[in-house]
Amino acid sequence: MNYEPKILALCCHYCAYAAADLAGSMRAQYPPNVRVLRLPCTGKVDMGYIMRAFESGVDGVIVAGCLEGGCHFQEGNLRARRRVEMAKNVLTEAGFDSNRLEMFNLSSAEGSTFAEIINTMTERLRGLGPNPLRHERERTPEGTVA
Amino acid sequence: MIVAHRKNIQDLKAALTEYKNILVLGCGGCVTVCLAGGEREVGMISSALRIAFRLDEEEHEIREETIERQCENQFIEDILDEVQWADAVVSLACGAGVQAIAERFPLVPVYPGLDTKFIGILQEQGVWAEKCTACGKCVLGTYGAVCPVTRCSKSLLSGPCGFAHNGKCEIAPDRDCGWQLIYDRLKALGKLDTLLEPAPLQDWSQSHEGGCRVIVREDQRVKTTLDK
Repeated sequence: MNYEPKILALCCHYCAYAAADLAGSMRAQYPPNVRVLRLPCTGKVDMGYIMRAFESGVDGVIVAGCLEGGCHFQEGNLRARRRVEMAKNVLTEAGFDSNRLEMFNLSSAEGSTFAEIINTMTERLRGLGPNPLRHERERTPEGTVA
Repeated sequence: MIVAHRKNIQDLKAALTEYKNILVLGCGGCVTVCLAGGEREVGMISSALRIAFRLDEEEHEIREETIERQCENQFIEDILDEVQWADAVVSLACGAGVQAIAERFPLVPVYPGLDTKFIGILQEQGVWAEKCTACGKCVLGTYGAVCPVTRCSKSLLSGPCGFAHNGKCEIAPDRDCGWQLIYDRLKALGKLDTLLEPAPLQDWSQSHEGGCRVIVREDQRVKTTLDK
């Protein structure tokens, strides 16, 4: 069976989560590979969330926060970006491809941007193949995920 | 506080590769405050190690614990079972904590997960700066509470070296000249005349130069010399 990436999207309640909602209302098309987890702000993102998601076999993680300067809590999204950069560094140090992690900024009015982000990441992760940490039983003999 | 910084994940992995059961042990003291070895960092480093091992298809079990302080035996007692389970412990404490764990468990290999850097302060969020060398004979009172031993790159006690430029040390343009800071501070306090006095000889035997230091407080000991 063809590999389809599983993506975790850590979405800020005030922008990306609302944008995902709007994308649905707009009937914007995007792949069903994403699982959205709502956070009160991307400032809530802890490096542990990202690391453990990859450990448990998720193929890609998106952190989606407000536009810079538009954070409901002033600077949560700016802090999240620095944490994402730090997480990328640690993942690279561990030998893991940090391109599986990305942060995006968008407003709650950007339903189509949300769909575009999911499309972009899905394409990228299809190219990267399955997370090498996925449990063996989830793989076919060819190394693709069933 | 004691300020530390985490070691490279690949270096840790290389040191631990022969052990199956690994306990990553955090400390709730100074290294939690400087965001290097607290509960959150234990989780992050453990995850990174698991990822690194699994990518190389190495089988290891990594558990996580954090105790109040690793430099006190009383708190170490809380993790006896976990240490007995472990083939090796990665201590995310300062050098004192690592050695306290090793002394308590003579047969368990203990590895430092951090590099202990210095005694310092949180200068601003995310920036820590060295302020004290623990020289054992504090002279801050003489120098306007700016430490010449630590803040002067050459630890000069009797005046500046003469190679500072615009208040910056010759070793790095972003490093303040310790003696400029001392001068400015004493001037602001109206106590520049204290610098006219010759600096007393520093007793370096009180510092680490005199060997590993021990302080004994008989009034605090449970078992005193009178009991013997």
